[in-house]
Amino acid sequence: MNEKKSEEKENAAEPGTSLTPDEQKEVRKRLGREPNALELGMIDIMWSEHCSYKSSRPILKMLPTTGGAVVVGPGYDAGVIDIGGGWCAAFKIETHNHPSAIDPYNGAATGIGGIVRDILSMGARPVALFDSIHFGSLSSPHSRWLLRNVVKGIGDYGNCIGVPTVGGELQFDEGFERNCLVNAACLGFVRKDKIMKSDTAGEGDHIILAGGSTGRDGIHGVTFASKNLSMESEGERPAVQVGDPFTKKLLIDATLELLEAGLLKSLKDLGGGGLTCASSELAFKSGGGADIDISKIHLREKGMSPYEIMLSESQERMLYIADDARKAGVIAILEKYGIRYAEIGKITKGNYRVLDEKGKVLAEMKASLLTEAPTVDRPTKELKFEGKCMKLNKDISFALGQLMASENLCSRSWIYEQYDHEVGDRTVGKPGHDSAVLLAPNGGAVVVKLDSDSLWCNIDPYKGSAGVVCEAYRNVVSCGGKPLACVDNLSFGNPEKPEVMFQFKESVRGISDALKALETPCVGGNVSFYNEDEETKLSIKPTPVIMMVGVIDSLKKLRKCRMNKGEKLVLVGETRAEIGGSEYCRTILGAHCGVLPEPDLAAEKRNGEFVLANWENINAVHDVSRGGIAYALLEMCVQADMGAKITLDPIPMSGKEHVREEDIVFSETHGRYIIATKKAEELLAAAAKAGVPAAEIGIVGGGKIEIDAYQFKLQDMKEGYGKALWKAMEHNKV
Amino acid sequence: MTVSGGNQEEPQTEGGRSHPAVRSERKIAVIRFPGSNCDLDVVHALRDVVKINCELVWHADFKGSEYAGVVLPGGFSYGDHLRAGIIAAFSPAVKEVKQMASEGKPVIGICNGFQILTESGLLPGALLKNEKLNFVCKWVSLRIDSEKSFFTKGLSGKRLELPVAHGEGRYYIEEDRLREMERNGQIVFRYAARGPEDNENPNPNGSLSNIAGVCNEQGNVVGLMPHPERACEKLLGGEDGLMLLQKFIEIADRRK
Repeated sequence: MNEKKSEEKENAAEPGTSLTPDEQKEVRKRLGREPNALELGMIDIMWSEHCSYKSSRPILKMLPTTGGAVVVGPGYDAGVIDIGGGWCAAFKIETHNHPSAIDPYNGAATGIGGIVRDILSMGARPVALFDSIHFGSLSSPHSRWLLRNVVKGIGDYGNCIGVPTVGGELQFDEGFERNCLVNAACLGFVRKDKIMKSDTAGEGDHIILAGGSTGRDGIHGVTFASKNLSMESEGERPAVQVGDPFTKKLLIDATLELLEAGLLKSLKDLGGGGLTCASSELAFKSGGGADIDISKIHLREKGMSPYEIMLSESQERMLYIADDARKAGVIAILEKYGIRYAEIGKITKGNYRVLDEKGKVLAEMKASLLTEAPTVDRPTKELKFEGKCMKLNKDISFALGQLMASENLCSRSWIYEQYDHEVGDRTVGKPGHDSAVLLAPNGGAVVVKLDSDSLWCNIDPYKGSAGVVCEAYRNVVSCGGKPLACVDNLSFGNPEKPEVMFQFKESVRGISDALKALETPCVGGNVSFYNEDEETKLSIKPTPVIMMVGVIDSLKKLRKCRMNKGEKLVLVGETRAEIGGSEYCRTILGAHCGVLPEPDLAAEKRNGEFVLANWENINAVHDVSRGGIAYALLEMCVQADMGAKITLDPIPMSGKEHVREEDIVFSETHGRYIIATKKAEELLAAAAKAGVPAAEIGIVGGGKIEIDAYQFKLQDMKEGYGKALWKAMEHNKV
Repeated sequence: MTVSGGNQEEPQTEGGRSHPAVRSERKIAVIRFPGSNCDLDVVHALRDVVKINCELVWHADFKGSEYAGVVLPGGFSYGDHLRAGIIAAFSPAVKEVKQMASEGKPVIGICNGFQILTESGLLPGALLKNEKLNFVCKWVSLRIDSEKSFFTKGLSGKRLELPVAHGEGRYYIEEDRLREMERNGQIVFRYAARGPEDNENPNPNGSLSNIAGVCNEQGNVVGLMPHPERACEKLLGGEDGLMLLQKFIEIADRRK
């Protein structure tokens, strides 16, 4: 082990090793000379996949990024949209997959820390956190260990900084056994006229580095994230940063006070790529360079080389930019909070330079050399999808009982009870519902949902990814939100493999087509490649995560989504016999294949708009997604603590004669909602007028859930749904 | 009822603000320690819902003589380093709080504020790690078992629904002292079943005798783990917290 560590160190001390020969040639060409070791190390980190998006950038151009509510699109620390009344929402999602697979507690915690800083960097107050986490299987001790520690890491960090974790998703699939996924997302509010961007610094402005001290932790974190995980990765624990939520809390409070006082010209967080990335991007976006005196930086340990200082990814650090007149004010606030800081240099009109205490130049180049990495056009190779799926007849009663308590559909309360989801006095739509609903400062609310589906995207990345967008869209609509925009987080395998690149391209194409049709542009995102296990050569299933954000303009429209006795149940949207890739297939048949539901994007939009337009005639509504009509109904019943009875006969469907019952109740056709209403007639009349397929399928009441002749005791379903995850996690101590 | 989600965005009396030298006024202080995180929620509840004069005060600037009552809000003061609440317990601000307590002014500590009050000796007992060692955030049902405290006058026997959110909320005290506290009416809040048909264990953290909150012998210093400030508006899930916080109306000016 010791030997391995010293080897690691030697590698770390030899920069530039991950640049390809072509890239090294490009460096010499742009620089006009041989780079020294420090320069090469800085370029190496900035041209890594993680910092430069060199493989993904050409493909991401497909995504719609403008129009509608967009205020700040991709390319900044977070996307910003206009939510009305002079207010904006800033939001962003990012992975911390590689660190979390090695050190789940610290990996997940620092994932939260990083995403919070991104929101602050836009001048916004972070008000809500979200997580999308993926593991192998609940029956695997390793996955339970990861899950337990990831949840603890997110909870300990988020709870301490006082930003509630209000929503998210947990999914299990065998493909994540060795490579878990941890996506962290954050949303904040900012007045439209107070948005900060990293392009507003000017010549002569002071650069102040504040927060945690700079240590050796996290060096090469991004190059670590830009390769596959192997047994040696266990020895890469030093590349996983350690979080300090208390310092982060002080940084949040101080940053908000600095912003409120109008003392900053710009600000940026230090994340992947450390000081090199933050300072060069800030200088570049502001159209200039910078002089950085590294002798001023407060260090955690002695004897750190310039290379280590410039590449350290120590946590809880921010860069503040202030002009002469306001510098003293900035320092006074930092001192009030007891935050360590250093004036490390100035923005210039010239090159980006790193200096020592005597003013000797240690590195010098155009800022653009660091920030404008050459892209790579990676080859793709088409994958054929298995269309047929075996069909077995299973008893619906049995299947439904199993689905309710299955690892992918059961209640997540074991997780969200460990997260403070109430702090901030904004959480009106709490965890366990379709989406999170948060009071907004403009007198309305925002609705936020994270969705993904690795099984779908593995079977068919195009349809699967478009389907994920549709599902997120429906979830936002189901809470009364008008979807406005999204950010995406794309976790894939090794992009050097043409098959993976094909999946990536198809996935982005699916997302793009769906976003265009639904008029919800993408305002930012993150790509995580190399989620692949060295030994098994197993790549994760492609996993795009969509974070959809919508708005509710009046609090009168808030619904508890709890149906009442005697209300009629109306199904909106056409059902097709589409169970390929469904939860029923996976959990009951053990089949990870089939033809996916066809995303009918026009119908998706039309049906969503119908629900929102008829909101006053709706008491409770739930989208139909994973698990089909049967599961949606069960969830509504469990939430209302009340039974219901539906019949399948009236369900709008084409060619029903030859369809089996399970194809109807477990179909995952998109664009559907179940609505509980006292005004069924009005609703159906409006649907007919709008050309939306809809039918009354049942009534609310009683202690049983009935689907045609099938009957389930509500109490049994509550027990199975509510307790499954608790049992797995509490009864197994590992 | 005020419905304002934007409580924290409007210009606040943020910490660090200097206070004019005034004599004891009819207003309530909410102290912000480094790491407090429920401070703005308490200010929102008192200013916008209860509608009384209150101020958010940075701990280093806090002068007890300027206020009629004080709230120690929840959060992770000093990052809960060493032990929850212990560093704040030795702060000059808490010295001021002790002076206020001795003058009979109402003091309420919520969550981390409760931990600070036990660590500083203003309240008896200690708050240990939750039985299951996990942080727990959920709505719980409480019963008010004593109206000796300033915040529960006339409320004995009342049931409340409030959220908890803590990792170290398991109240503990030696058995003989517990009996003494019971005799004195110092056990103010207990976790209790929602009704006869509620079979769930009401106690979220394994606290002794289901204790959720206690008061000092005089009844002016109260600490509790649940968060009344998070239960002051129907939209947020309930209004039961108002019952307690409204008691401040007696000693504070109404907000215009």
